[in-house]
Amino acid sequence: MKPVRLIGRAALSLTRGIGAVALFTGRGLFRLRPFHARAFAAQLVQIGWLSLPVVGLTALFTGAALALQIHSGGARFQAGDVVPAIVAIGMVRELGPVLGGLMVAARVASSIAAEIGTMKVTEQIDALVTLSTDPMRWLVTPRLWAAVLTVPVLVGVGDIIGIAGGWLVGTQSLGFNSAAYLANSAAYLERWDVVSGLLKGAVFGLIVAVCGCWFGIHSGRGAAGVGRATKSAVVAAAVGILAANFVLTGLFFE
Amino acid sequence: MIQVAGLRKSFGGKSVLAGVDLAVGQGESLCVIGQSGTGKSVLLKCILGLTTPDAGQILWQGRPLDAATRPAFLSRFGMLFQGAALFDSLTVWQNVAFRLRQRMPDAQARAIAVEKLARVGLGPETADLMPAELSGGMAKRAGLARAIADDPAVIFFDEPTTGLDPIRARRINGLIRGIVRETGATAITITHDMDSVRAIGDRVALLENGRIVWDGPVSGMDHAAPLAGFLGNTPPL
Repeated sequence: MKPVRLIGRAALSLTRGIGAVALFTGRGLFRLRPFHARAFAAQLVQIGWLSLPVVGLTALFTGAALALQIHSGGARFQAGDVVPAIVAIGMVRELGPVLGGLMVAARVASSIAAEIGTMKVTEQIDALVTLSTDPMRWLVTPRLWAAVLTVPVLVGVGDIIGIAGGWLVGTQSLGFNSAAYLANSAAYLERWDVVSGLLKGAVFGLIVAVCGCWFGIHSGRGAAGVGRATKSAVVAAAVGILAANFVLTGLFFE
Repeated sequence: MIQVAGLRKSFGGKSVLAGVDLAVGQGESLCVIGQSGTGKSVLLKCILGLTTPDAGQILWQGRPLDAATRPAFLSRFGMLFQGAALFDSLTVWQNVAFRLRQRMPDAQARAIAVEKLARVGLGPETADLMPAELSGGMAKRAGLARAIADDPAVIFFDEPTTGLDPIRARRINGLIRGIVRETGATAITITHDMDSVRAIGDRVALLENGRIVWDGPVSGMDHAAPLAGFLGNTPPL
């Protein structure tokens, strides 16, 4: 009976955990009034604008490397000229959202968890309550909405930069004609490819912000507690993005 | 004004508050003393709603303090935290004017913040500093300015002199005494610094083993046997 009991306990604990995170997310997303516009604007800058360099660079090198890979791999079956289409589709449907999401997870989930965790251990969250301010509305809601709205924009910009990276390598190193490369990229790209990637970005943004806020608010005491919260937030966000990507890809393209 | 009756709280089977009874009248300054780990901060957190008690009642102006009445209580409330708990991402004046900015233009809120900073001895040049740029004593004073920014009727002070050298501690005690007398606010101070008790308090209550074991006027504490360990300005081991 002991193994059954252990499995039962684990299942109950998992269900309870998922339920708690779901409630936390719902409260964070929909407890909008009063809406703290200043805090929201600050998070748009923190999560969106300041993530642009790292997402842009990641996309640039990924698009460039993808062009080289497709060209050398495609040459094995005389399909080297599909580079523009494959780079465009690969970036927009898969690599743009996933790598963009992972880079935002590394940068943003960690910083949110560390900031909120530090606020918790230094009683700043208690101070918010004494100042008649709901920590969920002031800390969580602005971050969740800022991430949901800015990560798709980052993904869109990353897609363009990634395709530009492929174009740069294609035209400067692989002998493609510039106009033909761009025409080929556009010809095989469908609207749903772009929209699905942006939708993935919104979901990944939500995952990143929820992980950062959840682990920050549940941070343990002291520097070690904040350190653990930060690490857990990044790991959970990265795994969550990869798992959600699998589910969403199945939903969108199967 | 604030009454605590039969308050109980346990953590993981360990009883921290074992039936606390306490009352503070309008305009009165009560100091709660006790050794580390006796539940002084838990008592504060229960009153603030940051921790839910297992049993007992907290009354404010004769009405139970619960989810419905707590917002009204907090709107008349200010608190100085042990570590000041200033928000790292906001400047000093934005911290002080945190609540004011939610209902008035920034210029007006800033003017009040600068006035409150002056009240605690901080010049206007500190208004635009970030909390990380302040010394421990300055942070405490900025925290005090935030506590009084909205002219509260009730102020809590959690270990107001912890971490300060004796000179700065005396300054903070003097500021608190002045502010409490000027505003006529009801004050509850959690401390184990007997200098603070003498400077700030009208009454003192000793919390021990989760209960109030002595409660009386500050003038009478020198002859109270349960307080013997605290007198001499050093906390008992």
